Amino acid sequence: MSTNLADPTRLATPPTFQSVSVSRRIKNGLATGLVWGAFLVAVIPLVWVLYTVLERGFPVILDGDWWQKSLSGLLARQEGGGAYHAIYGTLVQGLVCAVISVPIGIMIAIYLVEYGGRSKLAKSTTFMVDILTGVPSIVAALFIYTVWITYAGLGRSAFAVSLALVLLMVPVVVRTTEEMLKIVPDELREASYALGIPKWKTIVKIVIPTALSGILTGIMLALARVMGETAPVLVLAAYAPYINYNLFDGPMASLPLMMVNERNNPTQAGYERLWGAAITLVLIITLFNLLATVISRTLAPKTK
Amino acid sequence: MAKRLDIKDLNLFYGKFHAVENVSLAVPPKNVTAFIGPSGCGKSTVLRSLNRMHEVAPGARVEGKVLLDGEDIYASTVDPVEVRRTIGMVFQRPNPFPTMSIRDNVVAGLRLAGVKDKKKLDEVAERSLRGANLWNEVKDRLDKPGGGLSGGQQQRLCIARAIAVQPDLLLMDEPCSALDPISTLAIEDLITELKKEYTIVIVTHNMQQAARVSDQTAFFNLLGVGQPGQLIEVDDTEKIFSNPGQKATEDYISGRFG
Repeated sequence: MSTNLADPTRLATPPTFQSVSVSRRIKNGLATGLVWGAFLVAVIPLVWVLYTVLERGFPVILDGDWWQKSLSGLLARQEGGGAYHAIYGTLVQGLVCAVISVPIGIMIAIYLVEYGGRSKLAKSTTFMVDILTGVPSIVAALFIYTVWITYAGLGRSAFAVSLALVLLMVPVVVRTTEEMLKIVPDELREASYALGIPKWKTIVKIVIPTALSGILTGIMLALARVMGETAPVLVLAAYAPYINYNLFDGPMASLPLMMVNERNNPTQAGYERLWGAAITLVLIITLFNLLATVISRTLAPKTK
Repeated sequence: MAKRLDIKDLNLFYGKFHAVENVSLAVPPKNVTAFIGPSGCGKSTVLRSLNRMHEVAPGARVEGKVLLDGEDIYASTVDPVEVRRTIGMVFQRPNPFPTMSIRDNVVAGLRLAGVKDKKKLDEVAERSLRGANLWNEVKDRLDKPGGGLSGGQQQRLCIARAIAVQPDLLLMDEPCSALDPISTLAIEDLITELKKEYTIVIVTHNMQQAARVSDQTAFFNLLGVGQPGQLIEVDDTEKIFSNPGQKATEDYISGRFG
């Protein structure tokens, strides 16, 4: 009889399992340290930025006037007034941009995924979209300046800003919509065809609704992105301290433009407006991101 | 409703690849025909060519004739959308539309074809769900998403959806391969029920299933890798399983192949 039966801790053969070796422990520690280090490097500036913006801007936006008044008639050093004109400008420029970009972007994506296949046109479209994704906003702004103002002879305006933003937003919408349409299983398309539903109706009634939550999330994120763009507003719209509802004529403020403008204002009032505009922009963008999350939750296909 | 189907000299291609060669076959009305054979022998491809789903794949091509009550579904004047409206299909994996409720899934074919009358749609939904033996299980949650049902229920939902448009022919591509034995039995019972009204063609890998549900069986085989699949023989199911005419059929059925 083996002695192992009497005393299970005494083994006749060397044990199969051993404790973690020293070299593995060192490597593990090193990797853990690196990951934590990278995390801190990424998070510290983020928290710092948020803290700075909140600390300097928060008191400014607590004033009700901030959301309801413009800076019309106020001197640079005069306290008071608000950012209504700039908030209006940012929202309306973003909205006009979205109204133009979304249909274009979605239709390009539908072509690429549902019709293009591996055709030359589809390949070159994808290539162009990739290039457009990498175009810096200042280049988009100068292009619109050349076409809209130098050649067409039309003045600087909010609409010109929206056009430049369209160049930046379309590729993002195409990309996200494309990805979302691609993950709709082909089985659903086939199920629809097999019911005698034509292809276009399959796309409109089956494929798009299935991908809708993802598409809308992408649009919201793209919109949040372009609303913070500064180069187009700098190049294509003059700043106005008053409210201008006219999209096609005259200077119109926007939050990035207001910040650029107030940065040159050395008074306390300028300082407050700068940080107030900063936090307002951050808040609007956060709001759009939250909206994106809510939309994607409510529209996502459910099982219950 | 139920129509007969005649396949004449059917050749199917994917690009340059000749997938299926010279298939000729007759399916009488109100009859279940089973397609059996090893993987890759082209039985699913043949099935998909019967409602013009084959051509959905890029580069796919069809030669030969498929006659539904004498009318060629591949005639140049025929709209493939009309063909699919007349010949329904149930797929290997249940694929209810995820954004639609159970009721909307069932009537999707009608609603997207423009039927708006709510009363009629509700009637069709109930009749189709009853026809698919699913009504009692879902009648209290018709507005819940179809994706919340079990796999077997989802497959019966897909069958309900297919029969809601009242097709002349019902094609089933391994409808039970993703289901457990109990759900499989439910679907097989359903096929026996549906046979009273519909002509059915079913692809299956399960020989017992072919023996249980079908009236005639077609055996497809592959002579070698890269060669087109062929129809080896087609006969009454009883005869195929007891006394097949070809040695290849006998070998396949009894588990000796190659």
